[in-house]
Amino acid sequence: MRADPARVHELTRRFGDFTAVDRVTFAVRHGEIFGFLGPNGAGKTTTIKMLTGLLRPTQGEGWVDGLDIGRQPDLIRRRIGYMSQRFSLYPDLRVDENIALFAGLYGIAGARFDDRRSWVLAMAGLLGRERSLTGELPLGFKQRLALGCAVLHEPPILFLDEPTSGVDPVARRAFWDLIDSLASAGTTVLVTTHYMEEAEYCHRLALMNRGRLIALDTPAALKTRLEHPIFEVRTDRPPVAVEALRGAAGVVDAALFGRAVHVVVEDETTARSRIPEVLAARACAFHGMRRVPPALEDVFVWLVRREGGAVEG
Amino acid sequence: MRLGAVARKEWIQLRRDVRSMILAFVLPMFLLLFFGYAIRWDIRDIPLAVLDQDGSPQSRELVEAFEASGYFSVKERPGAAREVADLLARGTVRAALIIPPGFAVDLAAAAGSGGEAGGAAGTDRSAPVQLLLDGSDANTATISLGYADAIVARYSSRVLLQGREVVLPVRAEPRVWYNPTLESANMIVPALVAVIMSIIAAMLTALTISREWERGTMEQLASTPVHRLEVVLGKLIPYLGIGAVDVSIAVAAGILVFGVPFRGSVLLLGALTLLFLIGALGVGMFISATLKSQVLATQAAIVATYLPALLLSGFLFDIASMPVVLRGITYIVPARYYVAVTRGIFLKGVGADVLWVQGLFMALFAAVGLGLATRMFRKEIG
Repeated sequence: MRADPARVHELTRRFGDFTAVDRVTFAVRHGEIFGFLGPNGAGKTTTIKMLTGLLRPTQGEGWVDGLDIGRQPDLIRRRIGYMSQRFSLYPDLRVDENIALFAGLYGIAGARFDDRRSWVLAMAGLLGRERSLTGELPLGFKQRLALGCAVLHEPPILFLDEPTSGVDPVARRAFWDLIDSLASAGTTVLVTTHYMEEAEYCHRLALMNRGRLIALDTPAALKTRLEHPIFEVRTDRPPVAVEALRGAAGVVDAALFGRAVHVVVEDETTARSRIPEVLAARACAFHGMRRVPPALEDVFVWLVRREGGAVEG
Repeated sequence: MRLGAVARKEWIQLRRDVRSMILAFVLPMFLLLFFGYAIRWDIRDIPLAVLDQDGSPQSRELVEAFEASGYFSVKERPGAAREVADLLARGTVRAALIIPPGFAVDLAAAAGSGGEAGGAAGTDRSAPVQLLLDGSDANTATISLGYADAIVARYSSRVLLQGREVVLPVRAEPRVWYNPTLESANMIVPALVAVIMSIIAAMLTALTISREWERGTMEQLASTPVHRLEVVLGKLIPYLGIGAVDVSIAVAAGILVFGVPFRGSVLLLGALTLLFLIGALGVGMFISATLKSQVLATQAAIVATYLPALLLSGFLFDIASMPVVLRGITYIVPARYYVAVTRGIFLKGVGADVLWVQGLFMALFAAVGLGLATRMFRKEIG
């Protein structure tokens, strides 16, 4: 039986008094896209860094491809690809020089090198631009090239730490198509994000907040966890409305959602009459409300609140 | 292979970085020419004021003896003693010769009494002349005094002997080895190579690891199977090449521009140079890996190498005459060993039988430097 691509048990990392990752336990399955979702500071990046051997765990244990993350980081590094949060190819090297460097570091030579090099150039859309300085490429190309360099050695497990931060939605979509095709070809992908719509592309999601793993399931199953109806309320002063609604009777929770307010209620019928009243009492204009299906963000906010915590970030 | 990949990428980056290229090739040559021409210990034509209150043929003869020596040049002839003080204070002259009235008379008397065997019944007087020196530059003052003593002594013996041939009981026959003409360039230039390369080597590598931290490329590098020793050695190779080229140019400049003799083995100098460079580059890498910031690392590299190499390497000051504590510190200044190597090979033409001690210390330093750099270069990313 093959070992799980990644498995951690009670994994903990502290920086001084601050606990970045707090007793996290999960197992990743072969070929899945496993997402970590949470605000900045939730512990997603720290978890990934421990799995890739860039950080040592303070407590707990973990295995990547059956190898112990505390004791065999050097062996793990041969079996994984990693793309960090910051763009981290060499900007002063040309495209083909960066590819040659990582090929050298991963020990790829000869015919396989030629093969992989062409593959990366095609995948990143950089055929014919081999001699461009990497630092001068548009960000979307840089990120695809970084992904290409990270999977140059065709690793069975790929770690991506907020791979699409800073690029436009179209480039983000294109990037996720690449991730999808890698996963279909059998690569297990662990990816962190704070974009809710990206989280929808993941097969399973680990929701993290303040170092804790608060839920782990498929995006669809996570949405069913929120049993209460949700209303989207439009008003002229959303922050005031949120504050007013949070204490109101029959309201489970209220949170900002874009320009509107999402209100989780006990009961649909009473909510329809109560919500306009509460807003009127605080002199907020009521521009209408409608029942909406729960989004991941609603689930996330609700789960965090149920745990008694606040959402950071 | 991984080592080669790191070395290749480092070389490409270096080649494209104008700042590094200036640091690597322009700065060392500038420093060599600058220091090579600026530092001079040979003292000639010391500006001299002469106050001849005697005005006799004898006094004029003494002044001529000063001028004829080449060490002094009479710049001023003040009329009164007050003016002499003023000239020294202004720095117009570095020394003043005051010949009092009655010099010729005293001289004749002294010569007369000295001429009688034993001189017991004579007046027992010599003819005094006063020499005032500007002691604010103690080095020049000491040397001027030495020259003046010699000139006066020669003049005295000429007066005393009045042309007669006398065999002195003791005569020292000095011969200066290794640097017979006592050219200070011969002493300075070989040691200068050591001082300059200490600074350049540390400054070059101070940037290399801290730059990767600042740019975030370290994280990507650390996630690959590359071993940290491979990173340190891979980065070392291109810098070692640059250092070797620098030393070759500096040695050639020393011989061709400054006319310094080269008496030893080129091969031995090459081998010991590599040892020295590995240690000096290792210092920079250690600083770079520890501080993780380009600005901090560059400053620390300058502080850690510039003053020690200048002051504690034996370049400017003789190590044997330093206080014990400073002498102890010189043992951890790698330039100290390399100064001995360059001077030994250039001027003395000594071989490995003498320089193996320096070689051993430099090898030790290289091993410790690289070891510390590798140790500090943790792959853990915070």
